[in-house]
Formats: sequence, structure tokens, C-alpha cells
Amino acid sequence: MSQARPKVRTEPVQSATFSKAVNAEIRRAAETGIYDIRGGGSKRRVPHFDDLLFLGASISRYPLEGYREKCATNVTLGTRFAKTPIELAIPITIAGMSFGALSAQAKEALGRGATIAGTSTTTGDGGMTEEERGHSKTLVYQYLPSRYGMNPDDLRRADAIEVVVGQGAKPGGGGMLLGQKITDRVAEMRDLPKGIDQRSACRHPDWTGPDDLEIKILELREITGWEKPIYIKVGGARPYFDTALAVKAGADVVVLDGMQGGTAATQDVFIEHVGQPTLACIRPAVRALQELGMHRKVQLVVSGGIRTGADVAKALALGADAVSIGTAAMVALGDNDPRYEDEYRALGTTAGAYDDWHEGQDPAGISTQDAELAARLDPVLGGRRLANYLGVMTLEAQTIARACGKSHVHNLEPEDLCALTIEAAAMARVPLAGTDWIPGQTPI
Amino acid sequence: MTAELLDLAQTPLRDINAALQAQARGGNRTRWEIANPRGSHALAVGLDAPIEVTIRGSTGYYCGGMNKQATVRIAGSAGPGVAENMMSGRVIVDGDASQYAGATGRGGLLVVNGNAASRCGISMKGIDIVVRGNIGHSSAFMAQKGNLVVLGDAGEGLGDSIYEARLFVRGTVSSLGADCTEKEMRPEHLALLDRLLKDAGMDDARPDQFRRYGSARTLYNFNIDNASAY
Amino acid sequence: MCGIVGLFAKDKRLEPQLGALLSDMLITMSDRGPDSAGVAVYGHGHDGRAKITLQNGDPDADLDALVAALRHATGETIAATRRGTHAVLELGAGAVNAARRILIDRFAEWRVMSTGGAIEIYKEVGLPARVVEAFDVPGMTGTHGIGHTRMATESAVTTHGAHPFSTGADECLVHNGSLSNHNNIRRDLARKGLTFETENDSEVAAAYLTDRMNDGADLGQALECALRDLDGFFTFVVGTRDGFGVLRDPIACKPAVMAETDRFVAFGSEYRALVDLPGIEGARVWEPEPATVYFWRH
Repeated sequence: MSQARPKVRTEPVQSATFSKAVNAEIRRAAETGIYDIRGGGSKRRVPHFDDLLFLGASISRYPLEGYREKCATNVTLGTRFAKTPIELAIPITIAGMSFGALSAQAKEALGRGATIAGTSTTTGDGGMTEEERGHSKTLVYQYLPSRYGMNPDDLRRADAIEVVVGQGAKPGGGGMLLGQKITDRVAEMRDLPKGIDQRSACRHPDWTGPDDLEIKILELREITGWEKPIYIKVGGARPYFDTALAVKAGADVVVLDGMQGGTAATQDVFIEHVGQPTLACIRPAVRALQELGMHRKVQLVVSGGIRTGADVAKALALGADAVSIGTAAMVALGDNDPRYEDEYRALGTTAGAYDDWHEGQDPAGISTQDAELAARLDPVLGGRRLANYLGVMTLEAQTIARACGKSHVHNLEPEDLCALTIEAAAMARVPLAGTDWIPGQTPI
Repeated sequence: MTAELLDLAQTPLRDINAALQAQARGGNRTRWEIANPRGSHALAVGLDAPIEVTIRGSTGYYCGGMNKQATVRIAGSAGPGVAENMMSGRVIVDGDASQYAGATGRGGLLVVNGNAASRCGISMKGIDIVVRGNIGHSSAFMAQKGNLVVLGDAGEGLGDSIYEARLFVRGTVSSLGADCTEKEMRPEHLALLDRLLKDAGMDDARPDQFRRYGSARTLYNFNIDNASAY
Repeated sequence: MCGIVGLFAKDKRLEPQLGALLSDMLITMSDRGPDSAGVAVYGHGHDGRAKITLQNGDPDADLDALVAALRHATGETIAATRRGTHAVLELGAGAVNAARRILIDRFAEWRVMSTGGAIEIYKEVGLPARVVEAFDVPGMTGTHGIGHTRMATESAVTTHGAHPFSTGADECLVHNGSLSNHNNIRRDLARKGLTFETENDSEVAAAYLTDRMNDGADLGQALECALRDLDGFFTFVVGTRDGFGVLRDPIACKPAVMAETDRFVAFGSEYRALVDLPGIEGARVWEPEPATVYFWRH
């Protein structure tokens, strides 16, 4: 009798197309009948600032001496029409995040941190709270399609007004705040019943298109005596056209939010499949400003995935006047901190991956309206942490700028950069490292 | 006291609004008239004092926008977004109102003696709106709070995605939007309607001639069976 | 994204004032579109004669040489009138196609703005006040006219990107809004042999209507088809030799005001455009309904 030979089997192969995550999502959809809603920004890998490098100075260029030779970081926003432009010490602002999406403590912490660092913070889709107005030296008031809590007194006590046309996480989309977060206070501020799912509109209720927007801006200026800068915020969809139209409609500042920009709650399919990476948005927007003779006259604020001083310096080098942070500010306050790992696990996730901000069970007490959870965040300490983080980013950006010989971070240029990948070279329109090749612009 | 006259043919918009807005900081001029509006935008916006402003002619976009306390009368027709986001006070349109009349208003009373076009009371948040004539399509879309009273007819998609606003229509409704339904007219609604009609000077209409519409509340929390309504 | 005006004279006594009234209406809408402006004016044509409106950016371009060449090639008597960067040729209606071919083959620097028995189109980059003055639009007589001032959204700011667009004899269209499926429709129409001068979504709408009318539809039917096939946001005002039409998309959130009296029908993106029309105080003023075709004929 011949000896039985072990059967030779193929190695099990997981499909790249039907990966475990994809299959799990198909099963979840089949089970629940609703698309996945979550917070945060795009999680997929897209070409980003990491794919760019600064060249630095050596013999052909002379660097500045670190910590001794001055490298300024101040920026003025709203110099075009506003009587009272915004003066900031650093080119990093805090993006709009609503009270409702965030706790009152978190809003206060953002105001405190921004104020210590010499920059502005921004309201969100839900009106202005005393916590943030009281603790923010410079507060930008968002004017959104929903107009929740919108009132002329807050408009007048804001330092600037940001008309939100769209955001990078969902260009062309509205919002959704699930019932768990519509507490008594949130409901009252938004004139909604408590506990219901709140659906936000995707277009403004009383204007559509740039020709109408021009008239809306006129109204806002007339109500506020032409004092306050008017920002227009757009998602990274068609940045060249949208920037040009915002300028034509009369904007003082254009805020451009790439696809990595976060949201409190929207469909995952929106976050991951609509909009362009931040890196790809900046040059078309800057080109629009340059063609209109408005670069540095109408300021460009870029957001979506800004994390470090290197990101700040790269965005400025590509032509932005300032950047804005949202997700990073939340992380600085303590969002997704591993010290809450047990609680993240109890919610079926892990520190660093938690994105169910809309459900209001945030263990870090930031994206919640639960009084007990919210009490975990000390606004004073949180503000300090944010200020520290903003300070570090500023120092990092200065370090890079000095190494490139710049006495102001705004003197960084695209020519100070090279790209590590062809994709990043094409999107940022800087040469591939070691070459003078810019895909689509110069011959190979 | 005679009214203070402001003429848009001679005085820039900025100066006219500044003069009216200055009454919030203490002024003794309680009656104002504005001549030659000729469809100008953003007229009499951001007021915050119990003054009376009469505009002799038709206005453009956002007349009386974000009004507080003041009574603004448009002796003509109003362009888009009249009394948008009004907080309190009154805006009265003698003629017709264009689209978005009373949009996102949070308080006060808007009276339109003619017809209102599409999206009347869109996203309203506490304002009362009374329209003598008809209203256009998509009116009271996402209406959250407040009362919309229509003595004439309502266009397509009335009250789509409505929250807790109350809609009263005396004439016909072309169609109701998603989650909007006819509701019982209870005594408190008749009393409310009586008050609103009197406030608006609609002496020839009786509350019992109206039907009430409001939210069926089926979209308040997501249910897969209602997905097609989104 | 723009400001639109239109005026259709019912009373013949308004015809001498048509250019002046239309010009004032358009200038009032300047804020809505700073990039370029244009008008289509329908005058009284002469039986058997047709007009070709041409544009040439070079002020020294030799119109006489062009006319001589066309006269030689077609055997037609041709009257030529120059207005600013434009010129209007009047010739026998039967010779229009031959003349057009010659223009395309030999005089490409002269670009055809419109052809037809009644229509003349004038458009340029710049604000309405400057544009109407350059062509002396206020001095024009006509039965109806359409004007447009443009805030360009996605296509270039050029003379050819300005409205009105004319894609068929005596037809023109102006548009406020933004279409969302014009690229596919342009490709479909191009396969049927239609040609396009620009990347503009509004030119596609004009060509779409021309195509429907070439297939036998009247303007009203063509506009009904547009509701089915064109996606996005639009308010259109369209002209034909004796007709004037208005159409808004089903969502209808771009502004539109109309006024009618015994003497005229007028359209404006805003009421401001209508305030100086004679007898406006007594006019019926209303906003056109969504997805509803409005159409008047002489």
C-alpha cells in the first residue's frame, strides 16, 4: 500500500477588490439598509504634503540663523474691502466646528488655545456660544446653509464672517447630526425638536450661484457696516473656478478645504469619493488669484490634512496665505488618545480609528453632548495643549523657512520645493526630485 | 412728527442703512421714508430699534434682512429674500414678494399683501408669515418653527421635509412635500390663526376657512422604510 | 451666472425705442456679470434678404475686401454696415450658406455671430455700458431683443464665450445658471454634425434647441424637450424671428421676473431691470413658474 501523500493546497488569497473591509461593509449595508455615516476626513492614502521636500539653502542660497535672525509669521486677512482686517500672529487658524458636533468645553478650549497662540477660531453649523465668544480674541462667524442660531447680534460681535459654500469632506453635500446629539441646549440653539436627526441643506436657502452671492455679501456688509472681512469657504472641487468666482462675488478671503478636511458627520462614500486632495487644490486656486491680480490681496486659507509645521510651510510655499486646522486641533485636545483605549474597544474601535463622532459617545469628551463625557475635557488645560501644538507648528514652519533663507514664511515659493513622486509633482507643479521635470508642464 | 426722508437717488445705500442702524444707539427719529428704491438690494437691513420705515417703491434682494424691532413697510413689491432671518418687528409688503420671502426668519411678522413666489418661508425658524395671495413652489421647505398663513393657494411641494412649523392654507395646495401632511385644526390653532389674521390686518378671512398642514414626523429618525423620501 | 434682460414689443410704436430700453435694462444688471455682455436685436428684415453679423477683433480689418470677395464669389449685391468690432452684411437669403462657407474657408478672422432674416448679435468682453455704447445699441430699432451680462463660471472670458449664442438662423439663447450634463450633450450633438465655437454650457443649450427645431419641433416643443434632457440649473430666454420664449428649470432658484402690459412683454433677472419701462407701474409683474414654457409670437 502506497503511503498517503498530504494534499497540496493553494494558499488562501484574500481578494484585493473584495477585501475583508469591503465585504464587512457589504454585510453591514445588507443588514442595516443605511449608508455608513461617520466623522473625520478621508482616510485613504492620497498624494499629500509628505510627498514634497524643501530644498534648503547651501551655497547658492544663504540660510538664516535659527532662533536669532528673524523669521516673521504674522498674516493679515481681509485687506480687500473690510475696514477692520484680521491680524494674526501665526498663519494657522482653527477651522469651523459646531457647538453641537463638539461640546461646549471643547469649543471653549479651542478659543482659549487660539487666543494664546495669537490666532482665530471659528464657529460652526449651530450658532455662536458664549463659551467660544468669551474665550476667543478673534472669532470667525460661519454663515451656513442651515442658518442654525443665525442672528444679527452675533454677526455684529464676530470679527469676520465666513460664508460656507462647501467643505472638503463633502463638496456639494449637506450635513446630518444624529438625534443623540440634539440635546435641549443644541435643540434650542437650532430651533429644532430635541432628539431628532437633523438634516442640513446643501445649498443656501436664499441665494444660488455667484451672481446672487455677490448680493448676499452686500447684505452682510451693509448689516455690519463694511467692517468685517467676508470669507468664502469652498470644498476642493473645482478650485480654479470656485476661487475666481468667490473673488468676483466680492470675497475678502477664500478658504479652500481639500478632501482630507474633516466633518462632524456625513456619508463615508462622500468623504472618500468626492473632492480633490488638498495638495491638488492649491495651485489652481493660486493661479486663479494671480490671473485676477488678486494673489496676496484676497487671502487664501488652505485646510484639509494639515498636521505639522512642514505641512504649513509647504502650503504657504505653494501660495497659500494661511492654513486652517480642525482634526489636528481635536487630536491636540485629546481626540483618539490611546489612554482611552479600553473605552474605544468597548465601542468596537481603537484609538486612532474612532470616527463615530456623530454618535456622541466620544470617550475623550470632545465630539459629544453627554455632560459626563464632556466634563472629561478641562477647557483650560485643553486650551494650553492646543496653544503648545500651534506654537510647535509655527516653530517648525519657521525652521524650514529660515533654512530656505526667508525672513517671512510668506516668502517661501514653489521653487523651494521638489516632489518625491510623479503624482505629487504633477499636482503641486514642482519638479520631481533630482530632475527639472514637472509633469504636464515641462518635457521629460 | 413728520418722517425723515432719505432719497436713494441722492444718498448712497451705505449712508441710508447707517442712518437707520444708528437709531439702535439711541435716536429720536422714529419715522423714516425712503424714496427711489428702484429695486435696490439690502435696503433697511440690520435695523435694531422700534422705528417705522416706509419705502416708496419696489425693492431688490433682502429688504429688511435680519430686522429687529423695526417696522418696515414696502409700498411696492419686494425682491428675493425679503425679511430674511428677521428676529422681531414687522415687515409689510404692499405688493408681491419674490422668492425666499421670510427665509430662515426667527421671529417677528412678515405680511405680504400680494402673492409670494417660490420658497416662501424656507427654513423658517420662528417667524410668522401671512400672505394674502398665493405662494409658489417649495414653500416652507425644511420649515422648523413659526407659522405660515396663506389666504390664497400654495404651489407644489408645500412643507417638504418640514419640522415643527405650522402651515395654514385657505385655498388649494398643488401638492404636499415629503413628510408634510394635513392635520386637525384644534381650538388652539383656530385661536392662533385668529390672532395672526388680526395682526396682519386680514379682516376678511375667518380661521375656520383654513386647513392646517404640518410634519408627519416620519423623517425625524432614520427608518429604512422611508429611504425613498430623502 | 449672469444677468438677463429681454423685451418683446407688442406695440409697434415701441420699436424705435427697443434698443434704448434694452440697453438701459442691461446696464442695470451689470453687477450680476462683470465679464462680458451682448445683445440680440431682431429688426424688420427685408423679404428675400438675410443678414450675417460678423465679428473681428482687429479694428483695421479690411471689410471692403471681404465684401468684394463675397460679391465676386456669390454674384450678390451686398450691403455692409460696420458697428465697432462687428459688421452686418445684408445679402440675398439664398446666398447665406455659400457666403458662410467662403467666410469659414477664406476669412476665418471674421467670425459669424448670427445669420437670419431679422437677427443681429453684438457681444464683447467688458461691462454692458461699454458694450452697448460700442455698438450704438441704444440707437437700434427692433421688434424684440435679448441681452445678457456674464459672470463666467467655467468657460473662458472671450467674445465668443459671451451670450447670446446663436446656433441656427434667427435663433438665439441666453442663460443664467449652470448645466451639469452639457459635455455629454455636446458630444451627442457633435456626432450629429453640429459644430461648437466654445466650451460654454450655454452654447450647448442653444445648439440643443436648434437641433430639436431642425428635427421639426417648434420653439415651444423644443423647450419642452429641454426640460427632459438638460440637467442642472437654468433660466433661458430665447428668441426666434418672430418669437420670444422663457424657460426655468424645475428647481427654479435662479431669479426671474416678468412684466406684461398691452405694449410689451419684458424679462429681467431682477426687478431693477424693469423699473424704467414705460407703464411698468400698471404692468402685470410675476415670476415664471418652474418647468413651464412661456412663449410669445408676433
